[in-house]
Amino acid sequence: MTVPYEHLREDFKILQQHVNDEPLVYLDNAATTQKPEAVLKALETYYHTSNANVHRGVHTLAERATTQYEGAREKVRRFINAPSTAEVLFTRGTTTSLNWVARSLGDLIIEEGDEIVISFMEHHSNIIPWQQLAKRKGAKLKYIELTDDGKLDMDDAREKITEQTKIVSLVHVSNVLGVVNPIRELTDYVHDKGGVMVVDGAQAVPHMPVDVQALDADFYAFSGHKMMAPTGIGVLYGKRKWLEKMEPLEFGGEMIDFVELQDSTWKELPWKFEAGTPNIAGAIGLGAAIDYLENIGMREIMDHEQNLVAYLMPKLEEIEGLTLFGPKKASDRTGVIAFNIDGVHPHDVATAMDMEGVAVRAGHHCAQPLMNYLNQPATARASFYLYNTVADADKFVDALKATKEFFIHGLD
Amino acid sequence: MALTKLDQLYRAVILDHSQHPRRRGVLDKATTQIELKNPTCGDVIQVQLTVEEDKITDVRFDGSGCTISMASASMMTDAILNKSVDEALTLVNEFSEVVQGNKPEHEQELGDAMMLAGVSKFPARIKCATLSWKALEKALGSDGTGVDGQLTHD
Repeated sequence: MTVPYEHLREDFKILQQHVNDEPLVYLDNAATTQKPEAVLKALETYYHTSNANVHRGVHTLAERATTQYEGAREKVRRFINAPSTAEVLFTRGTTTSLNWVARSLGDLIIEEGDEIVISFMEHHSNIIPWQQLAKRKGAKLKYIELTDDGKLDMDDAREKITEQTKIVSLVHVSNVLGVVNPIRELTDYVHDKGGVMVVDGAQAVPHMPVDVQALDADFYAFSGHKMMAPTGIGVLYGKRKWLEKMEPLEFGGEMIDFVELQDSTWKELPWKFEAGTPNIAGAIGLGAAIDYLENIGMREIMDHEQNLVAYLMPKLEEIEGLTLFGPKKASDRTGVIAFNIDGVHPHDVATAMDMEGVAVRAGHHCAQPLMNYLNQPATARASFYLYNTVADADKFVDALKATKEFFIHGLD
Repeated sequence: MALTKLDQLYRAVILDHSQHPRRRGVLDKATTQIELKNPTCGDVIQVQLTVEEDKITDVRFDGSGCTISMASASMMTDAILNKSVDEALTLVNEFSEVVQGNKPEHEQELGDAMMLAGVSKFPARIKCATLSWKALEKALGSDGTGVDGQLTHD
């Protein structure tokens, strides 16, 4: 399928504006993505026609809302090829998903002296829940090293993951390096050692086909807002054998079967984890975002981003004094490009590029241990998505060159 | 081209302070010192002071940060050297007004730091400008006796 990218932008009203008198080039997609009309329309239609609470009403609207909410769960299941909707939990986002695993699974299986293994390229949301678990239980938290070109050091991974390792939690795609990690290979290794594999898929699911059964991961977490859905909705996929043993973290309405004075019983999966009124509109919006992405095709989206990276890399490498982080080969990565200009602080870079209408992120990207590992106080980061074009890439390079010129030589 | 607008923020004086900072380094005998971090961007600043009989007789700063934060720190050392603790604290307040787009009472005393008035047009960068001044304020302490230690703010 050939995607008419120049028309695709028309689905995103927000992209059709000027920022600081320049046409907006939005390159902060690793932080959050823009929403197409189809997603906004789905939210509006839900509130106009079907808004009611789910799972408890007999009336028509309650039935409609429940059907649409559970319909969204089925869309997610199909999208990531989960075996059943019982294994697809709606959460607030990746952070909540990972916290749930660290709390509930962690309390179930981690004992004093056990090992938990993560890597130096993790987002804070895949570090701190494990730090806290390790502190609660007296377990040991270990970090897998990286290679010089920003990949996971597989030799070190085999060294760090041992028979004492109960949980390994790794990012599928780094939000700084853009590198795609070999999850299946790692999962097999973890399972051989008797551990549980948890995957942070926040930067993967929006950008490439993800099949949780093919990856064989025990848990897989991602966020809606990074894939064109609203904020506040996310997913935790978990294998039934674990979810059934795990205790819910929140208690209240929606998640119970019978409540007696001193004890209660839980609903079956997936609802035992979803206490309170869920983010119904968010889930429906996520369903609409999945429809939008599937209509284009995840393989096509991945190819488009890699083509942009392949187009950009030689142009970026030509710029003197520009440091690029992560692998150079487009096929090893997604459209996340972290960089620094020698002698110019990334915050100054981001402000200057904003004046050119180019929105990039600057800072530690919620990955302070990675920044220390790379020996950088911070970096700038451009992250592309399917609505970005070659023209955006050209504008990015031009703005980068002008920014460098401004800070090195000043405006004459 | 749109970068011309950057001149409001990055005046020549600011670039000069950032590239050739005044009093960057370490004091042998500081009476009070502090380190402040801006966790959102990774900036770190250390401010050292020698306060003798209520007067700031020497000051140094060090750290890493963007053009705005480093220039602001350099300008701050110009402004507060040989000032009394009260005068310096007044300047901290005045500077915070300046970067919010308000006119200060003691424009003269702020000196080059007045050049950072353009920051008010870039709200995301106001914290960069105020980091060193906040560090100074913490170091002096409200009673003027100063504190030793490490603080973070957001």
